[in-house]
Amino acid sequence: MTRPFVFEKPLGMRDTLPLLYDLKTSIREKIQHVTETWGYRFMNTPTLEYYETVGEASAILDQQLFKLLDQRGNTLVLRPDMTAPIARVAASSLKKEPFPLRLAYDSNVYRAQEDEGGKPAEFEQIGVELIGDRTTSADAEVIALMAAVLKEAGLENFQIAIGHVGFIQELFLSIVGNEDRAAVLRRYLYEKNYVGYRQHVREMPLSSIDQKRLMDLLTLRGDGSKLSDAIELLPTEAGERVLDELRTLIQTLEAYGVADQVKFDFTLVSHMSYYTGVVFEGYANELGVPLSNGGRYDELLSRFDRPAQATGFGIRLDHLAEALGLTGDEKLPDAIIFSPERREEAIQQASERRAQGEKVVMQELSGITNLDEYSERFDDVVYMIGKNGKGTL
Amino acid sequence: MLTIAMPKGRIFDEASELLRQAGYKLPPEFDDSRKLILDIEEENIRFILAKPMDVPTYVEHGVADVGIAGKDVMLEEERNVYEVLDLKISGCYLAVAGLSDGPIKGVAPKIATKYPNVASNYFREQGEQVEIIKLNGSIELAPLIGLADRIVDIVSTGRTLTENGLMETAFIEPITSRFIVNPVSYRTKDAIIDDMVERLSAVVEGGSGDENR
Repeated sequence: MTRPFVFEKPLGMRDTLPLLYDLKTSIREKIQHVTETWGYRFMNTPTLEYYETVGEASAILDQQLFKLLDQRGNTLVLRPDMTAPIARVAASSLKKEPFPLRLAYDSNVYRAQEDEGGKPAEFEQIGVELIGDRTTSADAEVIALMAAVLKEAGLENFQIAIGHVGFIQELFLSIVGNEDRAAVLRRYLYEKNYVGYRQHVREMPLSSIDQKRLMDLLTLRGDGSKLSDAIELLPTEAGERVLDELRTLIQTLEAYGVADQVKFDFTLVSHMSYYTGVVFEGYANELGVPLSNGGRYDELLSRFDRPAQATGFGIRLDHLAEALGLTGDEKLPDAIIFSPERREEAIQQASERRAQGEKVVMQELSGITNLDEYSERFDDVVYMIGKNGKGTL
Repeated sequence: MLTIAMPKGRIFDEASELLRQAGYKLPPEFDDSRKLILDIEEENIRFILAKPMDVPTYVEHGVADVGIAGKDVMLEEERNVYEVLDLKISGCYLAVAGLSDGPIKGVAPKIATKYPNVASNYFREQGEQVEIIKLNGSIELAPLIGLADRIVDIVSTGRTLTENGLMETAFIEPITSRFIVNPVSYRTKDAIIDDMVERLSAVVEGGSGDENR
């Protein structure tokens, strides 16, 4: 194997340089603050998990997992998301805590390396899980909280698309009759292949009315008025139930004051089988990839032997930082440049000013090779040079 | 503003004709401009002219909201974009071709192609073990000079194949151009994109002999 150059990183890995670090820190603090005021408690889980528990339960596809072996030969994964680890904790360490549980996280997660730029294999995700609450109020709460944190982070223009995989599933089952055939249709939507979907529908032995219902699903996107179109496609009890749920959802979001940012999109299928009800994605204008996503996952907790209905969202901090942009107006620290004779005096002044919360760098003069270049990196420079205290250069 | 990624070359003329039929006012100089970015202010549309193979890349990364791309490119690139409409233009098909129809002889059958993903998926489905050699053009050359036993390429009339003494040995799948959309633009610019899809779809469904409009 050829030796990598000293500055090379593994594929998909990124450095966070000071300017970006500061931006991320400020976003992180704002989001954490809002999330805590809604009563969610932050927690951490290990970076490595067993493949058989968290890896398999996760919504992330198998081929996207980083896998490795521990000393005993167990297969481990670098956690690909935080929902599965938190479900594991809710079903074990927090087993005695009564539902509903409101938990939050802010962690790096890992996905398969990709050759192309713009697709990092490690990135930070901030999110919440509301576990053990089946109500529509819970769905509305996580969507409203997501909107609140995006707003607090400074994002002015964003949109949230809301879909419902339960609706799609009921529609498909009522027309094609069994799960296998419904899964074929769902896969076309999941793969975003509408051309293939339409072709498949045309080739199915269905009445023209049923074909039209399947075709019309693709146009079910827009504001709350689309809900009445939806009931025409699925005029059954199950359909009515889903639509009642969505009507309550939009009313609740209106009460939260976030209904303007929200649109319905019944074609939204974020995953083949993981989600069970309301699903949603957040978008920033001028950013080509979704900022955040989430939804209801009522099956996951039963994999950890504590069946519970749950919902949550995750925000990609790297995408959010990109949407907000680096402003570049970094507040530079001040510097005290001193000679050894006046070291104690310099320390004292620095300590006093640091106690006031000012950023002060102390630098001994003889440690600097180019004084002009060095002092440019500070807002203000105080020289403490020479015995007499007059500080000349 | 809506940004459209257009493929340069073969598909371009048919695609811009389709947009004109759909009622978009494209200036006459559009067709032979060498600019890579063209703004049509009255339509509030920006065109970017890209290599056909790169169109889904621009759309996936969101620097173009929508694009026109061949299904061959979609199959090869497997990008995360919506394939919303079959434009039914630039029809052709993907096929396997070689010097003869017989079974592939040789120690390890080699396939030369511009479409390594498509080719390896196809032969995997056939249960045949082959080795892929990626070329960037003049694929027909490969079997003639012994680089590969078969080629996988798009065929429109089959003339290039016959002129080089090659014959089609298997049909893979039909190809037309598709209207593709970035997943975020699909939701944030839904009104303008839905309108475009509707107008294009009216032209496509109306057939090629659409009345002058």
